Order: sequence, then structure tokens, then C-alpha cells
Amino acid sequence: MFRNNYDNDAVTFSPQGRIFQVEYAQEAVKQGSVVVGLVNKTHSVLVGLKRNAEELSSYQKKIIEVDSHMGIAIAGLASDARVVSNFMKQQSLSSRMTYGRPIPVDRIVTQIADRAQTNTQQYGKRPYGVGLLVAGVDEAGPHLFEFQPSGMIHEMLACAIGARSQMARTYLERHLDEIESSSRDELITHGLRALKETLSQDKELTVDNTSVGVVGLAGEGAKGKIESFKLYEGQQLLPLLETVEQQDSGETKEGEGMEVDS
Amino acid sequence: MNHFPELWGRPRDDVYGPYNSSYLKSTGPKTHTQSPAVTGTSVVAVKFNGGVAIAADNLASYGSLSRFTDVKRLRVFGESAVVGFSGDVSDMQYIDRLLESIDIRENYSTHGNLLNAKNLHTYLSKVFYKRRSDFNPLWNHILVAGFDGDKKPFLSSADLLGTTYSGPHLATGFGAHLAVPILRRLFPEEKPIEEITKEDAVSALRECLKVLWYRDARSLDKYSIAIITEDGVELNEDQKLEEQSWAFAESIKGYGAQVV
Repeated sequence: MFRNNYDNDAVTFSPQGRIFQVEYAQEAVKQGSVVVGLVNKTHSVLVGLKRNAEELSSYQKKIIEVDSHMGIAIAGLASDARVVSNFMKQQSLSSRMTYGRPIPVDRIVTQIADRAQTNTQQYGKRPYGVGLLVAGVDEAGPHLFEFQPSGMIHEMLACAIGARSQMARTYLERHLDEIESSSRDELITHGLRALKETLSQDKELTVDNTSVGVVGLAGEGAKGKIESFKLYEGQQLLPLLETVEQQDSGETKEGEGMEVDS
Repeated sequence: MNHFPELWGRPRDDVYGPYNSSYLKSTGPKTHTQSPAVTGTSVVAVKFNGGVAIAADNLASYGSLSRFTDVKRLRVFGESAVVGFSGDVSDMQYIDRLLESIDIRENYSTHGNLLNAKNLHTYLSKVFYKRRSDFNPLWNHILVAGFDGDKKPFLSSADLLGTTYSGPHLATGFGAHLAVPILRRLFPEEKPIEEITKEDAVSALRECLKVLWYRDARSLDKYSIAIITEDGVELNEDQKLEEQSWAFAESIKGYGAQVV
């Protein structure tokens, strides 16, 4: 009865000016588990919540290192993300090979955006079912980009995509000033706390279901000019999660203290 | 007159004998890539404290003929990189167009990620190597001068085979034989680059070009010189070698006018 005639392919506009296949692809991103990204003046951080398909299976990888100066966090179809990340890895290597320099972050993000846009304009193709957060450093400093299946890209100060990501975005908006002036470790903590906001009541962040990626400019006296992309998983996360834990319990105590005072 | 245009305008066989048709061969391997046609001679360059100086004369020869005397063989790329070309001039112009298009593409970038001299040298060496592997080489030997990623003076060479090397002073072509010994004497290995001033470097280059003008029969006394510092590139294209003295020629047998 109410069959939609304008969603059979990704190249046809509806009379309202919408392309339904692209919007459906964006729904796939919303189904993916949440990832958060944020930048300060020196670093760019990615934080992701990993899901396992069943109790006995491993967790789906959420953060992928593309090159030593860049990584991506994915929300949506993991297999599409692999295709995109393989392309990004190839482009990164090609830049290092032909020019001897790490590829500028905005350059490679524009390249994947162009590919994604092609998929929305050529008959017989389908949009990527994945959204990305791209974190990297180049000569202009640390960057965070959001990439959507429609081919839209935005440079962000902080961003979250995936299921229940609105909660994380609210957290990021509230703490934006603190984030901008934070240190490297504070930045990671803010990322984890934003991620924590999105969890349902019965869930919590563990070393198994959390993933953190950090890349940034190297501090003074460091060997290179950049701090290479580092992925924190498993036991390496313990100190990071503990910091979040301590801060949260500290805040509750403070809250109680204030109640007594009043 | 007959109906065979390929025979029109040729010397008549009955008068001059049969034409040597091997010159008209249309089959067989391509050979025009195997030697340069119009060529530029040496490029000379020296690193100094805070920059690099590079120079080349303004001549393009057609074999031993001094064909073009106002060819600029130093090409500025971006804010602070200069490429000096020796070898085939048409291939130089091709690479020039290549660099032009890269420069335009690079400047689309909104952030400050621009190619430095080191990146440029890596790229050009790959282009040379690709073309020699296709058996269609770009017949040049280039020097790239500028700064590397750490803002240190950079000077490196790449040739038609894709071979690369670098050094505190370099020269291509005849200069590799005539100018490098002079530069080695003026700036010995133990003398750090920090002790070489811009004026030292420039006068050394002028000295080298003068010796090349005396002894390289494919050279010219009109030259271009570029000085690359933090502040940018200072390029002078219509310079003339001053204070020439040909007195030495008198005593060299086979050089000047000789009385046997």
C-alpha cells in the first residue's frame, strides 16, 4: 500500500529531494556500536565500545591504525570499513613512497569522501554502510574528521557516532572548554567518560569491550616530531579505566559533601 | 609529377643516385628516446649556513651548436625549493609542467602541508626511475635545493636512471669534473657548513661557472643564480661572468691561437 518507490537504487531522488538508500546507509551507522573522537591542541584521541556477536566470539575491532600518524574508528558495517581502511592504508603508503612524507589528514579524508560520493551517484553501486572518525596529525597539528556514507566530511573538535551516541555528544558539548585545554591523559579520560555516558544501565566499560587510540604531537625533548598512533587494548587499558573510576567516585563524594554543607 | 606523394620533393634518382631509404625506416624499435637533442650543461650548488645556493648558465645547445642563449634552467618550486636542470631541455620543460600541476594541486590544501625540497626530490627521483624502467627515460640530471622537513638546508641530485645522492656541494655534467674539485678545495669535508657564509657560497659558484666557461665548450658566460634561505628564494636570471681573463689560454697547446 505505502511502498516507497524511491529507494530501489542510490541514484534516484525522491520528489522531496531525498536519496533513501543514502539515508538507510546512515541508519547502518546508527546501528553500529558507539565510537568517540576528540582533539585538544596537541593530541587526537579515538575511543570505541567493542561488541561481540555472541558470548563465545571475539570482539569486533573498532579502531584501526592506518599509518603511524593516523587511525580510524568505525561504526557500522565492519566489512565496508575494512575496504575503506585498506584503501586508506594504500594511499598512506603511496604518499610515503612517492613523496617521502606522511599523507596530510585532510587530503586522505577528502579522497575517501570522493569515493563514497561516487557510490551515491553511479547506478548499480551502494553507499558504504559505515561511518568513520579519522584522527591524525600532520604539519598543521592534530585533526579529527567525521566521515559519513553520504560522502560528507567535517573537521570536528569532538564527535561521537553509533548507537546511543547522542549521550556522548551531550557530554562532549558540556565539556568542550575543558577538552580544548586538556592534557593528553585528560583527553583520554574525557573520551572514556563520554563513552561511558552511552552505556545502558547493566553495562560498564571493561578491558575487553573498550578500545582507545591516541596520536599526537610529541612533547619537547622527544625523539620524533610526532607521537605515533598507539592502540590501547586489553590490560593496557587498566590504568586508563581506573582513572575514570577514581574521578567518578571522587565526584560522587564531592556531591555528598556539598549536600551535607547545605 | 607522379601520384606518389612520398616521392615528391626528393633528389632525383637519375641525377643523384638512389636515395638511401634506411633513413625512412618506419619499422623497428623507437630510437629517438636514446639520446638527448637540445641540452643544457652543468648545474652547480653549495650549501651554506642557513641555506643553499645554486647556479647554472643560460645556454641550450643543439649538439655543439650554441642554439639558445636565454634558457632559464633554474626552476623555483613553492616557497623555498629550486630545481636545477641539466640535460635535455624539452624533458626539462615536461618536468616543469609536471611540477606546475603538482604545485597547483598542493595549494588546494587548506592546511599548511606543502611539499618541501626533500619531498620534491623523492618524487622526481621516482619519476626518473619509472621512465627509465619504461625504456623511455627523461634525459636529465637535476639538483634539488631547499630545505628538508626539519628546516635544515637540503641539497640532492637525481639523474635519468633514478640514481640519487646528496652532499654539501654538488655539480652535474662537466661541473662534476671541473667544479666539484674546486668546491672541495674551498669547502673541505672537515669544515662544517655553519662556517660557510652566503657570500662564500655565491663567490664559489661564480668561480666554478667561470672555470666551466673557460673549459666546457658547451657553456656560456650568461648565467642564473638562486639563493634559498629561510626568507625565500632570491633568483637572478640575467647575470654575466665578470673579470674574465683568458691569459692562461696562451700557454696551453691546442687551446688558443698557437704558433707551432
